[in-house]
Amino acid sequence: MPSGIGPVANPKPDSSSKPASEPEALESSRLIKRHSLGTRLWHWTNFLCLIVLLMSGLQIFNAHPALYWGEQSGFSDPFIAIHAQAGNDGEQRGVVRVAGYTIDTTGVLGLSDDNGQLSQRAFPRWATLPGDKWLTMGRNWHFLAGWIFAPSVVAYLLYTVISRRRRGSIFPTWRQLRAIPRTIVDHARFRFHHEADYNGIQKLTYVLVLFVLLPMMILTGLTMSPLINASWPLLTELFGGRQSARTLHFICAFSLVGFFFVHIALVLVSGVFNNLRSMVTGRYRITESPAGPVNREDSHE
Amino acid sequence: MSKPESSGPNRSRRRLLSGMAALGAGSLLAGCDRITDNASVRRTLGSVEQLTYKAQRLIASRQALAQEFDKSQIAPVFRPNGTTNPQEDYYRTWVENDFADWQLTIDGLVEQPTTLSLAELGAMPSRTQITRHDCVEGWSCIGQWTGVPLADLLDRVRPRDQARFVVFHCADHTYGGSDLYYESLDMVEAYHPQTILAYGLNDAALPVANGAPLRLRAERQLGYKQAKYVMRVELVDSFKNIHGGKGGYWEDRGYDWWAGI
Repeated sequence: MPSGIGPVANPKPDSSSKPASEPEALESSRLIKRHSLGTRLWHWTNFLCLIVLLMSGLQIFNAHPALYWGEQSGFSDPFIAIHAQAGNDGEQRGVVRVAGYTIDTTGVLGLSDDNGQLSQRAFPRWATLPGDKWLTMGRNWHFLAGWIFAPSVVAYLLYTVISRRRRGSIFPTWRQLRAIPRTIVDHARFRFHHEADYNGIQKLTYVLVLFVLLPMMILTGLTMSPLINASWPLLTELFGGRQSARTLHFICAFSLVGFFFVHIALVLVSGVFNNLRSMVTGRYRITESPAGPVNREDSHE
Repeated sequence: MSKPESSGPNRSRRRLLSGMAALGAGSLLAGCDRITDNASVRRTLGSVEQLTYKAQRLIASRQALAQEFDKSQIAPVFRPNGTTNPQEDYYRTWVENDFADWQLTIDGLVEQPTTLSLAELGAMPSRTQITRHDCVEGWSCIGQWTGVPLADLLDRVRPRDQARFVVFHCADHTYGGSDLYYESLDMVEAYHPQTILAYGLNDAALPVANGAPLRLRAERQLGYKQAKYVMRVELVDSFKNIHGGKGGYWEDRGYDWWAGI
């Protein structure tokens, strides 16, 4: 391991404390190994896959930029539609129609700059993969990334459920759940505790992302296949029909985008270097409360 | 935040990490577009299709039936796509005569090539199914199809052992181009009980917009497989001598031959 990363205090006997060769400095903080190599590889692989899946997904969406509820497409009455239409002045405007409301989104959605001229496309050139309108290539990228993403999510979730240690680091304890109001207040004051364990909000978020959003992405994605629909009709039925499943696929994708932005914001404000280091090298600096070290071997049982 | 992190070695490490992250994100966005243009990358992306094809054949039952729906779920208008009104002279003549002198040819790697009129097809045992059409673009539409099971037609012409694919040749030049539309299925989908050559839509004769007089319905495949204006069914062992050699009009233009997703 790289030496000289930082000081180690509190060198009590502990299997995961740093070698004594590291310089002594601050009394109340030390480095711990937070993320295993497997977790870090998984995190960055998924990061790449999700960006490719999102952008190629927007390319696919652009081929028919409307979403519906139910089994089939009620073309005259979509739940969401993104398109271009003539405004009051006769000029083309890009609009998003959601449940009866129309929002002018010219420049970004519906009508946007495409190599120097305004063109009709739901999502703009910079958001899709490839940039050109090219459904075939969008599908190819989507399936390539999907074939890496889905097996890695399934393997990771199985491991998380099977491994007691991983269960402990993902599922919140009662104590952590009860502490959530306090955690919210602390976050609102930009007071972040750098502890070995995640807090209740973090854990609930990870449970939601790992066990709801990611599986939903995979399962609703599978129902886009007519052959899978024929083989597993209950799956499509569970989502309320094929077009509902497509809409849910879209909603879950944008929920993940929302998670991404909150995640990035919290990484930035709670110590970007420490956080990035922990996801690259695995090492994370924790600070300990004056009352004594945080029990980082919290058993969660 | 603890002080030591802003000391010498950590600062450069910090810069390195942030630099790597920024570089990674930036080059990913710009890079994907650039490498999409690379031929070998396109081949790699295309080979994912083979993985999907084999995986779907593995997990999906060969005989699993596509969901069939209630009459009340039939869409008021079945959305036509692709060619909706062929302008070829021979086709216009067929329409004027109500397809009385139209004939379907079945040939290729078969023991007994044959031709059938619309009346002869109509006299064969038929299958009616209310199914959902899923377009590659993302929309779906429910319609009721009536036609002859392809398996019955294949039994009549008796495919030879070498036959691996069924090719459907169409009457229309898509988007007025020089190539006729065509599509193909493997023998598993060809013999599937819901794979029919349909001459009826929603209890009426198949309209011109939807592929009159005869179109393919392969209910476990995406919409571009559902060839309209079918005039010839050919059994082959490979696609190499047919048009662009990829097994279909859109396939020749980059679409996956396997349209199971």
